[in-house]
Amino acid sequence: MNAVKTKKIKTIKIDVDKCNGCRACEVICSAMHAEPRYSSNNPARSRVRVIRDPLADIYIPVYAGEYTAAECTGRDRYVIDGKVYDECAFCRASCPSRGFFKEPDSGLPLKCDMCESDPTLKEPMCVQWCLTDALTYEEREEPVDDAIEPEDVDVGLEALANKYGWQQVVDSMSRLAKKD
Amino acid sequence: MRYAETGFNLEVDLTKGNIERVATDPRLTALHLGGLGTNARLFWDRVPPEVEPFSPDNLLVFGAGLLAGTPAPGSNRTIVSSISPQTRLFAYSMMGGFWGPELKYAGYDKVVVRGRSPKLVYLWIHDDQVEIRDAEHYRGLGTLETAELIRQELGDRHVQVASIGLAGESRVFFASIEQGKSSASRQGMGAVMGSKNLKAIAVRGSKDINIAKPTEYIELCNQALAYIKARDGHPIPGVMPILAGLGSPQEMKVHDEKWHTENFVWGNARTRRKGFWTDEVHKEWTNTLETMRTRLLSCHNCPMKCGASIAVDTRICSYMMKCFSKLTYTMGAMSNLDFGLRIAQKATEHGLDAFSAPQTMAFAIELYEAKILTDEDMPDFPATGDERFYYLLDKIVHREGIGDILADGTYWAGQRIGKGAEAYAHNCIKKHEQLPLKLGMLNPIYFLMYSTGEKINITQIEGNFPQEPFATREEREAFVADWPHIPDERFKQWYVEWEQRGEHSIPNYPPVDATCEIVHWQEKMHYVDDCTGICAGLGSFPLKPPFHMHNLPRLISAGAGLDLDEAGLDQITKRNRTLVRALNNRLGLRRKDDKPPEDHWRKRFPELEKKLLDGYYKFKGWNEDGVPTAETLRELGLGFVAEEFAARGILTADGSPSAKEAAIEGAAQ
Repeated sequence: MNAVKTKKIKTIKIDVDKCNGCRACEVICSAMHAEPRYSSNNPARSRVRVIRDPLADIYIPVYAGEYTAAECTGRDRYVIDGKVYDECAFCRASCPSRGFFKEPDSGLPLKCDMCESDPTLKEPMCVQWCLTDALTYEEREEPVDDAIEPEDVDVGLEALANKYGWQQVVDSMSRLAKKD
Repeated sequence: MRYAETGFNLEVDLTKGNIERVATDPRLTALHLGGLGTNARLFWDRVPPEVEPFSPDNLLVFGAGLLAGTPAPGSNRTIVSSISPQTRLFAYSMMGGFWGPELKYAGYDKVVVRGRSPKLVYLWIHDDQVEIRDAEHYRGLGTLETAELIRQELGDRHVQVASIGLAGESRVFFASIEQGKSSASRQGMGAVMGSKNLKAIAVRGSKDINIAKPTEYIELCNQALAYIKARDGHPIPGVMPILAGLGSPQEMKVHDEKWHTENFVWGNARTRRKGFWTDEVHKEWTNTLETMRTRLLSCHNCPMKCGASIAVDTRICSYMMKCFSKLTYTMGAMSNLDFGLRIAQKATEHGLDAFSAPQTMAFAIELYEAKILTDEDMPDFPATGDERFYYLLDKIVHREGIGDILADGTYWAGQRIGKGAEAYAHNCIKKHEQLPLKLGMLNPIYFLMYSTGEKINITQIEGNFPQEPFATREEREAFVADWPHIPDERFKQWYVEWEQRGEHSIPNYPPVDATCEIVHWQEKMHYVDDCTGICAGLGSFPLKPPFHMHNLPRLISAGAGLDLDEAGLDQITKRNRTLVRALNNRLGLRRKDDKPPEDHWRKRFPELEKKLLDGYYKFKGWNEDGVPTAETLRELGLGFVAEEFAARGILTADGSPSAKEAAIEGAAQ
């Protein structure tokens, strides 16, 4: 009863100090997601992009995350160990402020899926192709808080009642309860 | 659909400002693959030998390799071709980096530049949109500086830029084309670019590169990666560290430079410094590299880390470097590593070849010390080697005073200066400066490669066969035990029986016929790489590489949709090698030009050397003057070359040197 529920978090650990800027991750990612698989490659379709600025010695592989319709109101800069990074260098969003993470033909957003496929790969392809170990893969368990907050149910029922009236909600609930 | 290649070239006429996207003939891919092969064919068809290097009619071709930009590890090379101002021969200088794959992603295999722009311009290629843009505001700026400003101007951080610096604009005969961490350095391609008033080509692409047989192709790529990984943990025993692993020599990684500093020669390729590498020097140079090198770098889609970011007076990065350019300025100026890395930053911005430039400067210093050049030629010439190099660098890139003469390289400068200066240009092959290396006993394999290599650069001809025999037969047997790369079993025997001393040692071993086959094999591997765009560092250069003649036909076939077996690939490389030779024959190259620097070996053997050249020409199907015979040409599908040779009197109908040729030869003697 007391066992903590957990979920598996797939993690690609990115060691930017080890990145040699080769973009093999972009090549293999776009090939892996081509249809049929590996039939073409095109870094513009990749779900991982290396933010590269050689003369600033900046090499950051960053993965495609959620789509966002609007760019940030402000964009900050971080100075880390003497190097200046644009905030976007660490951001996963497929966003209007940059060309990354959008299908070049349709403009539809792209998102990293950790190379989920059948049969399952031992590691995402970008990790397999990164021989310098800038990208490594690990799975970790994270506790899940699955206790149901009574307030959450209340909010839902109240919304239904506001729309249909309490009588209707109660009738429906008793009818549905009988089915179980 | 075209596979691996895009099937389109970009034809740019800078005189008219005209740009065309031209579909290429897939039959040419089947005949020549791509890269060097199809570049050579373009030159044969379109650049007759009367065209001067700086004429608007000369072409400057940037040809991405057939497999460049595909998932094959290390497939990223661009072969830059033109008629060289220095050798006046067909040149193919190559660069790795990111530019070639980006060009393919933009939808083109080659950029073919002709004409001359009335003002300084750059080319901006963004998928289907291609523009010639003003570059007058970049005049005189450095290569990296220009690339950075172009990125700002275009508002895109990820544009790949190949550019020239002041040296290219001044048409210095050894000006390079720089591309961030890579460059096409040899034979003055930057000078030709400057003569066309083309400052840079900026590229950005977002198109697909298709693969004919995806599953098979990726399987072969995965095998190569697994091999590279395994090989990383198993360097070849008994070989110096920079040659024990894969990639180009790992100069950015290693600190121990005893071998280079004590075996290669300093100054104007003269002075051997035995005992130079003391603990003190080791400590000082290690500290220099550890302080200035900020990151090891790779080219596009390659796990090897042959390059590095170098920081001069900053903690971040000033420029990028690779391979032996680490030491060329240091050794030319008889200085230290700190100086070498500092001046290389300026030279890279100016866009200079790191082989020819330091040697030309050391040549000038020698002439000054021999009083052939005087204070009148070199006013205010400083007293120390370091300052002299900075002085000469500045004069050369501006073509100012003596710099205008030195900018033509040691051979032409020697001719122009006269007064015995010619003899000081002692380290050239075909008028082009070579590695500073002087040895004792003639090595027959290297004799042939130095003499006949059309790239005129030993490090890009030598490769898969060990440079010398291990001391014991046991070691040699252990080496050949696991050697599937060789064409056939005879190569194992030749190597096992090769001794450091005695009857089976250089110069008389390997025997002439074996030497021809060993040279042929190494050369063949380079011709494959130069067509596919796979880096020599994973193919033709190191011992026991991941790519070799037994797996490359499958890789090329699966990638490009060709139907190649080993015999087929062999035939294509022969065709390309012969075509490159024929191009140079048409430009005047003959047997008399096929020779190493006079003093490369102390001990020379004229009779043996004659046998070697005779044997090699015969093996290749060339006549005794080093011209492919009509029969050889027809066999390789190069009948059109034979016809032109006959029309120009280069060959008679029976393939022997023509009467006209013999007369010219007679007159010369």
